[in-house]
Amino acid sequence: MGYSDTDSTQEKTSLKQPSGSIDLIIDGAGCASCVGKIEGALTSVKGVQQAEMNFAARTVSVSGQAEPSALIQAVKQAGYSAKVVQSSSEEALLDEKEQVDLAYYKTLMRKMWIGIALGLPLMIYSIVGGEMTVTTPTERLAWLFVGALTFSVMYFAGKHFFVGAWQSFKNHSANMDTLIALGTGTAWVYSMAVIAVPELIPDMARHVYFEATAMIIGLINLGLALEVKARGRTSEAIKRLIGLQPKTARVLRDGIEVDIPIEQVLLHDIVRVRPGEKIPVDGVIQEGQTAIDESMLTGEPMPVVKNAGDEVVTGTLNKTGSIVFKATRVGKDTALAQIIKMVKVAQNSKPPIGRLADIISAYFVPVVMIIAVLSALAWLNFGPEPALAFAIVSATTVLIIACPCALGLATPMSVMVGVGKAAEAGVLIRNGAALQTASKITAMILDKTGTITEGAPKVTDIIVTNGSHEDSILQLAASMESSSEHPLAMAIVESATAKGLTLNRAENFNAIAGHGATATIQNQRLLLGNEKLMRDRKVDISGYIETAQQLASEAKTPIYFAVDEQLAAVIAVSDPIKQDSITAINRLQSNGIRVVMLTGDNRLTAKAVAEKVGITEFFAEVLPEEKAQKVAELQQQGEVVGMTGDGINDAPALALANVGFAIGTGTDVAIESADITLMRGSLHGLADAIAVSKATLRNIKQNLFGAFIYNVAGVPFAAGVLYPFFGLLLSPVIAGAAMAFSSLTVVMNANRLRLFKAKEH
Amino acid sequence: MLWINISGILLIALIVWWFWLYKPQEVEVTNNKMVIRIENGVYTPAHIKVKANQSTLLAFIRTDNSPCAATVLIPGLEISEEIPLNKETVITLPPLTTGEYPFHCSMQMYRGVIKSE
Repeated sequence: MGYSDTDSTQEKTSLKQPSGSIDLIIDGAGCASCVGKIEGALTSVKGVQQAEMNFAARTVSVSGQAEPSALIQAVKQAGYSAKVVQSSSEEALLDEKEQVDLAYYKTLMRKMWIGIALGLPLMIYSIVGGEMTVTTPTERLAWLFVGALTFSVMYFAGKHFFVGAWQSFKNHSANMDTLIALGTGTAWVYSMAVIAVPELIPDMARHVYFEATAMIIGLINLGLALEVKARGRTSEAIKRLIGLQPKTARVLRDGIEVDIPIEQVLLHDIVRVRPGEKIPVDGVIQEGQTAIDESMLTGEPMPVVKNAGDEVVTGTLNKTGSIVFKATRVGKDTALAQIIKMVKVAQNSKPPIGRLADIISAYFVPVVMIIAVLSALAWLNFGPEPALAFAIVSATTVLIIACPCALGLATPMSVMVGVGKAAEAGVLIRNGAALQTASKITAMILDKTGTITEGAPKVTDIIVTNGSHEDSILQLAASMESSSEHPLAMAIVESATAKGLTLNRAENFNAIAGHGATATIQNQRLLLGNEKLMRDRKVDISGYIETAQQLASEAKTPIYFAVDEQLAAVIAVSDPIKQDSITAINRLQSNGIRVVMLTGDNRLTAKAVAEKVGITEFFAEVLPEEKAQKVAELQQQGEVVGMTGDGINDAPALALANVGFAIGTGTDVAIESADITLMRGSLHGLADAIAVSKATLRNIKQNLFGAFIYNVAGVPFAAGVLYPFFGLLLSPVIAGAAMAFSSLTVVMNANRLRLFKAKEH
Repeated sequence: MLWINISGILLIALIVWWFWLYKPQEVEVTNNKMVIRIENGVYTPAHIKVKANQSTLLAFIRTDNSPCAATVLIPGLEISEEIPLNKETVITLPPLTTGEYPFHCSMQMYRGVIKSE
């Protein structure tokens, strides 16, 4: 809303103060005597007001307005090196915002009381039959005094409306201030005219409206104050996410461990985290083993075991062991910081449903001003006596009730809460459009590997064909597949590694998408892949097709392995179905969503998996490029398609689908590429996302209805269309209250969404 | 009464001209940076002209403590930025193609437009 507190000189002068401080991390400061030397070097830089060094943390905080490069140069000349510390400062910003909001709330409440203190007694006086007209010199004098008091209220409690309206007018734009200033100003000017020149105004119209002016200013300030409070609650999800990050980290500096503020952790710092502590920055474990509770970030309740080489993510809880890790992402680059940023951006983006309200908001205020003029003219031309008084009242009421601020708030408030609510459940929604479309999904395509299944397959059977030893076949196949990152290849490599087999170097490795791979080892031509690959390369597999089918019917994936075009083995790999895939798919289906499975795997394995999880419609042996085609086919059938996948190979299909759901760890590519990212692996995230999306859309519609009702019904009522039929005309005070509380209604209704819980069956 | 009606119609015409037909003066960005103040319910300047295909910095300084003023949105560029009170917040605009890019606060009561030429 177009309000500002122009009384705050403190705020204005603070602009001239230094905008903040720069923190530097110093290398090479091995003795306490270095402190004075470094501080001295820094204070000699132009613009620096103060430099304070924390010797234990090897950091120095520089206040003033100097360029970071000049500071680094000064430290270098003193014989040390320095780097600028990147501050995440999210929490500081939020604290500051809360303080600003609190101060603003108090100012508005004070202004509310000023308005109410005069308006309420006047209103009670008029209700109990007090004379509000000017007929005698005594009344004139008394009302002149009240008029002066009302002017004081306008100055002390409503000045910001008038200043805002004037600034806006000069700028050729109109906003809420314009309407309030015009409405209350008109009522006051008319009342003063009645006092100043009563003889020019008809007897019946010599009515004063000071109570309306004072009450409207009081009530609108109250509405704004309550809205400020309610708004604060809508960003609770962001506060929770920010709260996940610990404030300090234990870092190894110059051979000693020191606790330093989180903002001062640098890339490649070595960080120690003890059991029960939170991970301060993203990194890779160097030493130790532990179980990490990632539930705060992903909603996944089971702790995850982590060893050396595994990644750890900011904000997650180290449960059991002490670990030492190297920081790989700090400050604004951590996964948590990226998630917070993404949620904030999504919270401020609008779904298409808000566009109509946007267009209306853009033109509304001048339209209302025109309606107010037309309404006044209609009363003057056709209204009963006192026509002038009726004209003033109706124009004032139209101006006051019509403010479209509730309309402007209706969509963003719900989106803010809805996106935040989803984030709490480990579902990252990228923008408002995705939020809206997710509510309309009629068909959901699920990739099999890594989506329905764990994505961590294991070798279950090796059936050799020519009397070779199982291990030698496994060694050869694993040596070949060590160059591949395919989940099935990794299963074979892991199986060989677990058996302690030594892998040889493969040459001419060539992965054939959707088929398998070829390579050469010690002049042996190797082929590993599906039936298609074997047939293409004329390998005779006829004797083992039944074996493969049998394995496939057990939900195992059979892989043929040929050496020099002779079938050497059938290797079966099984990828266990995720624990909750069955209930999650059932949940989607019971919500009327058509669930379809896509997989590059063979038909029998696909069928077995589909049957296990209760999917009747599936497409097997689908090449990566065909996945997008399947999405298009469903869209042509009139379905609104959601596509869920976990890999880069799903990217075209994710992009083509109406809504792409990525199953990710919450970092990098997954967040960037998908419309919606499910932080935990569970498919319940899909049903949660759709449920939150539906609840948010419902909430937006309620808000739009509420806001439109105030304007669509309020404006004609205020203009007096009901007067000829029922003798009803809206009081400007009621209009002021309705306008003030319309925004509050919208904000409060949006806040109801915070209580929403997606039901898991 | 005739004069009152004529005055009313003229007032309507004035509203239409002032708010819709009048083209406010645009302020051209120099040295690729423009400072925009958010105070008293408006952006100053609100009509900004930038060079097409060239990155531009918009530095917002907010002294208006209304919560609505705390967010600046440029929907056409998918930009949404929190603007803390009394601190310069710089938004980097990517090189823009020719056209108009409106920006506004979260309730759209404060409005401005970036014209790329």
